[in-house]
Amino acid sequence: MSLERKSNIVTPDAPLVRDGDAILHEARVLMTRRVAEPSRRAFLTRTLSLGGVALLSGCSLDDNASVESALNKISRWNDRVQAALFRRNVLAPTFPASAITRPFPFNAFYSIDEAPVVEEADYRLELSGLIADKAPWRLDALREFAAPRAAEQITRHVCVEGWSAIGRWGGVTFADFLRRIGADTTARYVGFKCADDYYTSIDMPTALHPQTLLALTYDGQTLPREYGFPMKLRIPTKLGYKNPKHIQAIYVTNTYSGGYWEDQGYNWFGGS
Amino acid sequence: MSTLTKTAPPATQPPARRAPVQPVWLRVTHWLNVLAVVVMVMSGWRIYNASPIFAFRFPNEMTLGGWLGGALLWHFAAMWLLAANGLIYLLTNLASGRFVRRFFPLTLRGVVSDLFAAARGRLAHDDPRHYNQVQRAAYLFAVLDLVLLIASGLAIWKPVQLGWLCTLFGGFQGARLVHFIAMAGLVGFVAIHVVMVALVPRTLRTMLTGR
Repeated sequence: MSLERKSNIVTPDAPLVRDGDAILHEARVLMTRRVAEPSRRAFLTRTLSLGGVALLSGCSLDDNASVESALNKISRWNDRVQAALFRRNVLAPTFPASAITRPFPFNAFYSIDEAPVVEEADYRLELSGLIADKAPWRLDALREFAAPRAAEQITRHVCVEGWSAIGRWGGVTFADFLRRIGADTTARYVGFKCADDYYTSIDMPTALHPQTLLALTYDGQTLPREYGFPMKLRIPTKLGYKNPKHIQAIYVTNTYSGGYWEDQGYNWFGGS
Repeated sequence: MSTLTKTAPPATQPPARRAPVQPVWLRVTHWLNVLAVVVMVMSGWRIYNASPIFAFRFPNEMTLGGWLGGALLWHFAAMWLLAANGLIYLLTNLASGRFVRRFFPLTLRGVVSDLFAAARGRLAHDDPRHYNQVQRAAYLFAVLDLVLLIASGLAIWKPVQLGWLCTLFGGFQGARLVHFIAMAGLVGFVAIHVVMVALVPRTLRTMLTGR
């Protein structure tokens, strides 16, 4: 939606005001068209956009794209503030088993029937980017790696929408896995590609947080399909959309690569 | 208090313009606060609609942002204005002594008595420099309610890093509830505030021009 600008009212070589009535008439027609234009909703949106623009200097007043771009810039700034606030040794609260939300809600950008079916036999976790050992992992190898290092936690999953639910996830601390594969932990980002075409990326300090888990189980059982079989990243310090399910590929990089929701406007850091 | 100025006859006082009723910093922070609050409340309603706490949603026409992601962008942008402007207001207000001068003394008895006087239309508004006890209570409420809104908002934003604050509000969902109730309190204040300004329109001019 952009405020249309009519430039044909006065042209540089327009004659001096000779026929005032005609000019007035033309102006009235243009005005009426604008005033009668869409609805109260459009008016509200525009008024507020203008208010927002007044707030964010350096943008042209007739372009909503610049409002959007300004808002996105503030969101990037908020990413930096949140990274500065983040402390790796501050732990998310944990809960007793009695606090677990049952049933734990299914949540995705598709319905439960559309959750991907990943065949265990064909599954290979692919690794790329700033990782020393890029050999793909079969599921049983992952389980073997996780078994002696088993980590489990009952934490609150907080959705960006505002609801939350407490669940019990088990697996291996992600930092352990990153070290095992020789990931460059001085890199800025860890990214994920998933079997449901979802993708996201997180900051390295969060990836190395002691509660960030490569989750293979839910409530003591093999991670079920609806919660992300065969594997999801469980990050209790981040909002739900930063917890990728059905992970197929992990990469380590210094290049910002956004995410499925993040590219549509959700804050990238998305952390608590 | 200087006895000199007290005893000087009015005619000998310098003809200098009197200090504005509302200093310029107060007017600027007031209107910036209006902008911040409007953006925060309207985008906040859209965020609420994504997962309502109660059995109702706000009409989308009254919200800002178009969808949850857009509303969050507005909300997390305007929060900087709200917080920075609020901090400047509080610090200047306290440092200049205006806060104590305008808002105190404040007693429950005074509020009740002024409330009855107002209901009977007997509350004088001859000196805009002087806040009656109902005004004092209402404006103090707005200030404290905004502090509560920001604190509960921080708890929702950073429930892990600011875990102590979140616990203070009874956990994540408790902080959401407090945030909602504080919003309702502020919207209620604004509604009454606007009605009162409509009844005493001179106060609007004072808040715009300072006189």
